[in-house]
Amino acid sequence: MSDPLLAVDGLRIGFGPAKDGAEAVRGVGFTLEAGKVLGIVGESGSGKSLTMMALLQLLPGQARCSGSARFRGKELIGMRKSEIRHLRGKDIGCVFQDPLSAFNPVKTIGDQIVEAIRLHDRRISRRAAMKEAEELLAAVSIPQPDQRLRQYPHEFSGGMRQRAMIAMAIANKPALLIADEPTTALDVTVQAQILDLLRTLTRERGIGLVLITHDLGVVAGMADNIAVMYGGRFVEAGTADEIFYHTRHPYTRGLIEAMPKLDRPEERLVAIEGTPPSIWSRPPGCSFAPRCYFAQERCRQQEPELRDLEHTRSACLRAEELPPRETVAHAQDTGKDMTL
Amino acid sequence: MLRYVIKRMITIPFLLLGVASVAFVLSQMTKGDPLAALLPERMMSNPEVVAAVKAEWGLDQPLPVRYGIYIGNLLQGDMGTSFTTRRPVAQDIAERLPATLELVIAAMIVGSSVGIGIGLLSARFKNSALDIGTRGFALLGSSVPIFWSGLIFLYIFTVRLDWAPGTGRLDARSTPPPDITGMYTIDALLSGQMTTFIEALSHLLLPALILGWTVTGIVARLVRSSLLDSLGQDYARTARAKGAPERVVLLNHALPNALIPVLTILGFTFAYLITGAVLTEAIFSWPGIGSYAVTASRSLDYPAIGGVTIVGATAFLLANLVTDIAYAWANPKIKVSQ
Repeated sequence: MSDPLLAVDGLRIGFGPAKDGAEAVRGVGFTLEAGKVLGIVGESGSGKSLTMMALLQLLPGQARCSGSARFRGKELIGMRKSEIRHLRGKDIGCVFQDPLSAFNPVKTIGDQIVEAIRLHDRRISRRAAMKEAEELLAAVSIPQPDQRLRQYPHEFSGGMRQRAMIAMAIANKPALLIADEPTTALDVTVQAQILDLLRTLTRERGIGLVLITHDLGVVAGMADNIAVMYGGRFVEAGTADEIFYHTRHPYTRGLIEAMPKLDRPEERLVAIEGTPPSIWSRPPGCSFAPRCYFAQERCRQQEPELRDLEHTRSACLRAEELPPRETVAHAQDTGKDMTL
Repeated sequence: MLRYVIKRMITIPFLLLGVASVAFVLSQMTKGDPLAALLPERMMSNPEVVAAVKAEWGLDQPLPVRYGIYIGNLLQGDMGTSFTTRRPVAQDIAERLPATLELVIAAMIVGSSVGIGIGLLSARFKNSALDIGTRGFALLGSSVPIFWSGLIFLYIFTVRLDWAPGTGRLDARSTPPPDITGMYTIDALLSGQMTTFIEALSHLLLPALILGWTVTGIVARLVRSSLLDSLGQDYARTARAKGAPERVVLLNHALPNALIPVLTILGFTFAYLITGAVLTEAIFSWPGIGSYAVTASRSLDYPAIGGVTIVGATAFLLANLVTDIAYAWANPKIKVSQ
């Protein structure tokens, strides 16, 4: 099979009228091979969740979507409702951000997992599906799964709920798992456990994982590839090492600077000033320019395309001329002007 | 749970006592003369007769004494004797309550099932012609006054089309079924009188539809908005992401959540209709509590007013209790304690 697990190309998502409505996602493309992990990192509003929801046609009704997304060679965008329904939950699993609101509050965890199984195979009896659900809960390390099955979501702790959500997502042995901020609603310690679980499961079962997060730290130890999203576009993409050690985009730099470093606890964290642009009033030129430490006049006029650099693919007009990351951090600390 | 129910049940008599006291004071303080109901007009000018009647009914006593006697009797289960029917109020109510219950239960069944059905259709096909049409129908139900719709329905279905029988609970010359619950349809079924059952049912149909229509309007709108809210929740998206077709998302995921607020409205409406079905009862000559309440208040029949008030209050208290229990059953997040 030569087709990659998932190949997205030129994906655009817009709201409002087709002519002068707003675009939330503007031409996103990537490929994901089976068993690999892609981390999509960006602030809220950058379009990362929309991108993934578009693949499953789970966008809100008024959204317009164009471009291409091929799952094992099959086009997902514009696929018939009846057809995509069989992919959802079967070949493509989903884990959502807040497991409390993502589970139905009036149904037991067991019932909801059983439903996920039986929606795709009516021949499995309820009893057999219940047995399977119990094994799934055990697989995600939930103690006493037989009793837990009969409990309601609110009787679970946050971490346990997310484990159950993951169990439900992998119930039908999907080839692709989409995890949308799976650890955002959780404690830091629990966060690490959930990430560990996701990593183990995807590795053991050869599941391709798209991990959406606003936290570079989350994808650091997990992702094979990382795409940084800003203003509805990928502004930088590469392998995890490339992104962390050879970033050429000021936004990615900002994200890395904003991460606490264990080896230098005394260092002040550097925040990125300002807020991301609204999709309704995007500035011309590079959408990061208004917040960029290095922005020049041409940045505000010409929108940079993603282009191949020595290490990463980066969408910055000044990618080559910017000083290495360490110098910048120092300059920002001392207030030295770096606009060359 | 059981302890909670028992605790609630214990408070009910005390609440009823309070309600009865308020009703007593308010009706006694109303300007008006109950003697009009007790005496033929030409005897009103005879002071001896008036004094004798007043003494007989205890109206010559000062208010606090009358209150003491009334409450004392109430505590023994005696609601007094009606000025108008000259029969114990408790007996009047026992005869009339089943008729109202039969009508209201039938109306609730019609109203809630049609209302939930319409709500489901409107939410599933939001803003379609079907949605607008059914919502219009439901809205009419809650906005068209019953005295108008009742008369129109009677005219069309009874007078013009002759599909429905006339007013009352049975045909004029029929005998009611043996008294078991007091609800004719059920009693007829229980004693195996099929012709009486069909007759009682056909008499019940039109008033129940009219009354149920008003319930439909309330329920349908609430179900629709509640469903649309549920369909936008994260758990609905999860269900879709699991591969559930929209029908399953609606019925299995949105509906059980959407019905929780509907329970409150159903409980409240039921209690309200026990004394609030006055117009329907009047138009269809239905011998229920509502029409009894109207006669009682017109003639300032203190004992009857008190009796009806107690029935109405009991209906509210019980409906509230049942609603709370149903709530705990429908929503696992609610743990009834204490």
